[in-house]
Amino acid sequence: MNVTITFLVVGALFVLVLFWVLRSGRIREKYVALWGLIGVAGVVLAIWPDLLSGLTRLLGFQLPANLLFFLAILLLLGVCLHLSVEASKLEDETRTLAEEVALLHLRIDRLQGQRADESTPPRT
Amino acid sequence: MPAWNESDVIAATVTEVLTAMPEADLLVIDDGSTDDTAALAHAAGASVLTLPYNMGVGGALRAGFKYAWRNGYEQVIQVDADGQHDPRDIPKVLAGLEHADISIGARFAGEGAYEARGPRRWAMRLLATALSAAAHTRLSDVTSGFRAANRRTIRQYTHHYPAEYLGDTVDSLMTAIRMGYTVTQVPVAMRPRQGGTPSASPVKAMIYLFRSAFALLISTTRRKSSVA
Repeated sequence: MNVTITFLVVGALFVLVLFWVLRSGRIREKYVALWGLIGVAGVVLAIWPDLLSGLTRLLGFQLPANLLFFLAILLLLGVCLHLSVEASKLEDETRTLAEEVALLHLRIDRLQGQRADESTPPRT
Repeated sequence: MPAWNESDVIAATVTEVLTAMPEADLLVIDDGSTDDTAALAHAAGASVLTLPYNMGVGGALRAGFKYAWRNGYEQVIQVDADGQHDPRDIPKVLAGLEHADISIGARFAGEGAYEARGPRRWAMRLLATALSAAAHTRLSDVTSGFRAANRRTIRQYTHHYPAEYLGDTVDSLMTAIRMGYTVTQVPVAMRPRQGGTPSASPVKAMIYLFRSAFALLISTTRRKSSVA
């Protein structure tokens, strides 16, 4: 019974922190989905521990703890993959921005050169 | 001409290209160099597109193709900054565009002395075989950075030109082929690099082979990118 309360408190705290961070705009909604799933799953399992035992038998795990660890690792892997995907997307976006900056920079240089010396042809 | 910290050779290469092709516009893409590559290239008479940080050859090239597309160029040829490519071959490679969308200046097509051994050679064979099969034409040197593109291809490149290692040569080519662009190759001689050292260790060669195969796998299974 003690363990149940511990899990419940930790799970509830986690969901609360998540909600708080989201509300103060420090995390985007798309990242919350997976974390929220983890938090809610924690709370649900804390309230109905029998659910875990039932699932353990159903899926053929030896111990409920095994299933718990398995699920935890699975979800963490999911979060990691999601972050990698987002990082790649950001890299792509910064790449495009860097290209634009470089292209604009060259254009400004040209326009300034043109203005400084009108007799010089703009393109060589 | 993509260039990253090539201050030893860039001025000479730019001068040589401009002498060989006086009617062409030369754009040097300074890929986040920490030396004075950009200033030297500019002084030698090239336009310089300076990227704010190092993006790799593929990143530099896509920026260059965007420049070409927006400024209305009909043909583009990319040339290495290290002086490996003989500028006198440029008209020859460009002539390949008369009957294809992409023209590659190839090392193994009978001209010049270029030798590769061991895993590196296998990797080049593997890539050449796969891309030849996809393109329905014999391509012997698909990692060559001496290649020309027409306006249609420039447009495709601005949409898809990976920055990853080998993405700039293998992936860009495979994607273009799968999109229906035609490829041809022109034999050219390669000169020894004017500066820098080529990587020759067997471990690096094995990694190269592995990455080649991986790049090939990804590019052949990728969903076709759509040009809007």
